[in-house]
Amino acid sequence: MLYIKCPYCGLRSQNEFAYGGDGTVKRPALNKEISDVEWNNFVYNRKSPRGKHIELWHHISGCRQWIKVQRDTVTHEIFKTVEADKDI
Amino acid sequence: MSQTYRLNNSGLINRDKKISFKFNGKKYFGYEGDTLASALLANGVHLVGRSFKYHRPRGFFGAGVDEPYAIVQMVRNNETEPNVRATEQELFEGLEAKSVNCWPSVNFDIGAINNFFNKFLPAGFYYKTFMWPKSFWHRIYEPFIRKAAGFGVASTKYDSERYEHKYEYCDLLITGSGPAGLAGAYAAAKNGARIILAEEKPRFGGSLLTSNVNIGNQSGKDWADKIIAELKEMPNVTVKNRAQVFGYYDHNMLVMSEKVSDHLPKTKKYIPKQRLWYVRAKEVLISSGSIERPIVFGNNDTPGVVLASAAKEYLKIYGVLVGKKPIIFTNNDSAYETAIEFKNNGIEPIILDTRSNPKSEIVDEAKNLGINIKFSHVVVAANGYKKINSAQIAQISANKKDLGIIEKINCDCICVSGFWTPSIHLSSQSGNKTKFDDKIDAFVPGKSKQNETTVGSANGIFNLEETINTSFEKGYELSKKITNKDNKVSIPQVSEKNYTSHDKFWCVPLPDKKNYKRFLDFQNDVTVSDIELALREGYRSIEHVKRYTTLGMATDQGKTSNLNGLQLVSDVENKIVPSVGHTTFRPPYTPVSIGAIVGREVGKHSKPTRKSPMHSWHEKNNAVFVDAGIWLRPRYYKKGNEGLFEASKREAENVRKNVGVCDVTTLGKIDIKGPDSAEFLNRVYTNAWLKLPVGKARYGVMLREDGIVMDDGTTTRISENHYHMTTTTAQAANVLSHLEYYLQLVWPELNVNVVSTTEQWAGAAIAGPKSRTLLQKLFPDKDLSNEGLPFMGYTEANLFGIPARIFRISFSGELAYELNVESDFGNFMWEKIIEVGNEFNIQPYGTEALSTLRIEMGHVAGTELDGRTIPYDNGLDGLISKKKDFIGKRSLNREAFNSKERQKVVGVVPLDKKTSIPEGSHLVKEANAKLPNPKLGHISASCWSVEYNNPFSLAILKDGKNMIGKKLYALSPLKNKSIPVEIVSSHYVDPKGERVRS
Repeated sequence: MLYIKCPYCGLRSQNEFAYGGDGTVKRPALNKEISDVEWNNFVYNRKSPRGKHIELWHHISGCRQWIKVQRDTVTHEIFKTVEADKDI
Repeated sequence: MSQTYRLNNSGLINRDKKISFKFNGKKYFGYEGDTLASALLANGVHLVGRSFKYHRPRGFFGAGVDEPYAIVQMVRNNETEPNVRATEQELFEGLEAKSVNCWPSVNFDIGAINNFFNKFLPAGFYYKTFMWPKSFWHRIYEPFIRKAAGFGVASTKYDSERYEHKYEYCDLLITGSGPAGLAGAYAAAKNGARIILAEEKPRFGGSLLTSNVNIGNQSGKDWADKIIAELKEMPNVTVKNRAQVFGYYDHNMLVMSEKVSDHLPKTKKYIPKQRLWYVRAKEVLISSGSIERPIVFGNNDTPGVVLASAAKEYLKIYGVLVGKKPIIFTNNDSAYETAIEFKNNGIEPIILDTRSNPKSEIVDEAKNLGINIKFSHVVVAANGYKKINSAQIAQISANKKDLGIIEKINCDCICVSGFWTPSIHLSSQSGNKTKFDDKIDAFVPGKSKQNETTVGSANGIFNLEETINTSFEKGYELSKKITNKDNKVSIPQVSEKNYTSHDKFWCVPLPDKKNYKRFLDFQNDVTVSDIELALREGYRSIEHVKRYTTLGMATDQGKTSNLNGLQLVSDVENKIVPSVGHTTFRPPYTPVSIGAIVGREVGKHSKPTRKSPMHSWHEKNNAVFVDAGIWLRPRYYKKGNEGLFEASKREAENVRKNVGVCDVTTLGKIDIKGPDSAEFLNRVYTNAWLKLPVGKARYGVMLREDGIVMDDGTTTRISENHYHMTTTTAQAANVLSHLEYYLQLVWPELNVNVVSTTEQWAGAAIAGPKSRTLLQKLFPDKDLSNEGLPFMGYTEANLFGIPARIFRISFSGELAYELNVESDFGNFMWEKIIEVGNEFNIQPYGTEALSTLRIEMGHVAGTELDGRTIPYDNGLDGLISKKKDFIGKRSLNREAFNSKERQKVVGVVPLDKKTSIPEGSHLVKEANAKLPNPKLGHISASCWSVEYNNPFSLAILKDGKNMIGKKLYALSPLKNKSIPVEIVSSHYVDPKGERVRS
C-alpha cells in the first residue's frame, strides 16, 4: 500500500485516496474549435510510461482535494506531490 | 499412554500442568508449554501424516514454521481447520487434531499404492498423463485429481470466529526476537524510538533459548528474559509474540498476523482468533534468523529423520527426545551442540561428519565427552518404513564422489544438518537484490531498497558476538536517525565457542545399483531424479524448473528445500549457484488464513448500511427493504397477505388516484455556493442555467467527457449565489468527485464551493392529485396555488415550527412536491404528513411503486442511463443546448452517436396485454429465427401499468422512434419466454405532461 503525502494533510495511506489517472492531460478550452483527433486524444488516449509518471489522486476520505503525484510506475517511488493547480 | 520420550527435568514446559488432547481419536497427555508436535513426540508418536504424491509415511522434520510434514487438521468448537502445522500449534486442554492426506487411516493408507506406481508419477506427470481418452477427463481424471490435491479439508460452514485488523505506525519494526532482534530493539528503545518487536513463536529469545552461550554474566536465555522484561515496561515499546511478519510491501508497509487465541481452548466471544496488523514503519530491522537445511540422502523422508536444530529444540525447550539411539549427520559444527545435548541427557549419539578433520572448540568438547565421531562419513540411506530402524552408512572420499564399504548401524533417528540458510524473504520482498555468499553457500540481502536493515543470521552472520555488536549498533543508528537522540547503551560481553567452517557438501551420491529416493522438497514429494528429469527435458530457468517439478511450491514454500534444489541445478548444469539465481520470494512467508485477510468485513459488515431518519417508521409499518447502493429503502409496505406485485400496484394506484408519500432521503444532495455557481452549472449540465431565477428548480442532465450520460436530477436556485443540486442515489459520490475535479483542476478560476449535504436533509415526496390540498393543510399560511407555487417552483415554509423546503418537482408524473427538513426532524415531518394525509387516504409507497410510476410516464432512470447511452438515446434531445459548450458536448458530434442505427428509448406493450416482459429480454424480428437471432434492442425496465391495467416496459431499441407501431418479439431464454409485443411511445401516460402542471 502506497504512502502518499497529501500537500494539505501530510502522509496518508493509499486507501484514503482514489486514483485519477494521467495528471498531465489538459482539457481543451470551452467553445474552442478542435479536430476529432485532438478531442479523441484528450478523451481516450493515454500513455502508460515505464518510470516517472505524473498522475492525479483524489483524497476522498480526507480533505477531498485532487492532488498531483509524481510516481515511478515500476518501483512505486513517489518523488513529489503538489496541489492540483501547481505544476510538477 | 506414558510419555516414554520425555526427559525428567529439562525443558521450559510447565510440568505442574498436565494437558490432555486427542490425535486421530486417541487420547494423549502433554504439558502446558508443549506444541502438538512436542507432545506427540513425547508420547513416541512419529507417524503423523502421508506425503502428497506417493503417500509415504511422514513424521516430524522441524520444530517451527519450516515444518514440511506435520500438517494436521484441527477440530475446534465443532469446526475444522486445515493446514495447521503441529510444530506451531500450542497444546491446550481438549485439543483435537487429525492426520491428513490418508485414507482410511495414517497407519494403513490405500493411497500408498502410488509409491509402487511412482514410475507413472514423474516430474510434470500432470502434463503428460491424463491426456487420453478425452472423454475420461470430466468423469474420471478431474474428480480423481481434485480428490488427491491439497492437504486437509476446508470447512463448509460459516466461520464463526472473529478476526480483526489493526493499523499501526512505528519508528522501527523488528522482525524476530533472537539475539539480533533483542539487541537492536533494546538499543533503539533506549534511544527513544517507538518500536514494535514481533516474534513468531510463543517464547521470545530465538536461538538463545537453545544455545549454550553467555551474554554479560548470564546465560543467553536469562539475558533474553531480562531484555524482554525491560522492553515490556517501556511506554515506547510494543512487544508481540505469536506474531509473524509475513509480507513486506511498498513504502515500508509490513503485514503481520498475530495468532491471538489459536493456543486457547475456546475463544471468548469478543477475543479474536487472529489479528492482522498493517504496520507502517519508518525503519525495519530484519532479524528473522536462519533455517537449517538438510543434507540429501536415500530415503531421507523416513519418519525419524529430523533437523539437528529441531532435535535440540525438542530437547531444550520441551524436554523431549526425538530418539534414543540418534545419529547426528552433519557437515558443520552446529549439530555438535545437539550431540552434546543428547550426551548430557544420558543418550549416546553417533556423529557422522562429512569433514575429514575439523578443528574447533566444540569438536574438541564432543571428543572429550567421549562421543563416537566418524569423520568423512555419511548416511547413505535410512532403513525403515513408518519409522527408522537403522541406517546405511559409509565413508566418503575426499572428492565426495565415491562411497566406501556400506555398513548398517542401528538407530531410531537421524539428526541432519547441512548448514544454515538465512531467512531473506522479507528483505527480498522489500525489493532488495539479494547476493550469493560463497562462505555460507546461501543468499544474503544486498543493498537496501526500502528502509530495511538485515542483521544477525538472516544477514549470514552466524557468530554471536558479531551479531550482538552489529545489532546494538544498528538499533542505535536507526533510532538516532528518527529521534535525533543520542543515548547509547553499553554492549555486553559475549562468550561462545568458536566454530570452524562447514563442508560444502549437500547430497550423498547413490551407491552402485541402488535407486533410493532422495527427497529435496518433502511436502511436494520432489526428488533429485525429478529435477534431473526436468533438466534433461530441457527446462533451464529455475522459475520453470520450479513450476514443472513443483519444487518449493508447497505450503512451506521450500524453506528447507530451495537451496538444495539450486545446488542440484547448478551441479547438473555445471553453473555456479548465483548464476542459476533463486525464485522470487512472495508473501506470505507462512500461510495466512483467509479469515484474517477478510477481517471484520463479513456479512453485514462487508459494507456500511445507511438508513434514513424515517427508517424505524418504515419498519413499524411492515416495509420490505431493498438495497439501493449502500442505503436500505422500503421496496413496498406489506398489507395482509400481499406480495410485491399486489402491494406495489396498490401503492401506485393510490398515487394516481389520491396521494402517496415516498421517502426520498437517499437522493444525493450537493450544496453549491459562490458567485460563479450559475456559470459552473451551465458548464456541467447540458441545458442552459444562466437565467434560472431564484426560487426555481430545473431538471438537468450531465455528461462525461465521452458524451455518455453520467447523471440527472434537479437543481434549485435557493438564493442569488446558492444552489441545491440533487443526484441519483447511486451516483451521489461520483458526481461530487466529478464536480470537485472540474473546480479544482480544470476551472480553478471559478469561485464556487461544493459540499455534500445528502445526510443533512430528510426528504419526502408527496405525489398525487390530492397532494396540493394535503400540502395546504401542512402549511396553512402559505400560498400553494398553481400561481403561488407553480411547477418547478421552490419556497421555504414553516412546518409546525420546523423550517422546511418545498420543491414542486415530480418523478411520478403526478402533481407532486418534495419536502426537505433537517434530518433530525425527518421522522416528525413524516408522521405529520401521514397524520394530516389520512383524510386524503394517503399511503406510503416504496421503490417498486416509484418505478412503476416513472416507467409508465416514460421517465428515464438508472436502467436507461446505464453508462452506454447518450442524451439522444434517451429522448433528451431538447435538453442539449445548441448555444453553449458543456462537459462532453464535443463527443456528441461523433459519427456513431448520430447514426440512424443508434438505439433509442421506446415503450413496449405485450400484444395479449397480459404477459409481463422480463427485464433484460431481447427484442427480435422473428421469434424462431436461426441463432444467433439478431438483437434489435433490450427491455430496460418493466412494470404493471396502473393507468391502463396491463404490462408496460421501456426498451432501448435500434432506430427506436421509427419503430413505433411495429410488432416484434421479446425473447427471454432465461425465463423461457417468447412474447409478441408492439412498440409504442415511451410516454405511455400523460404524454403532454399536463398533470405535473395542474
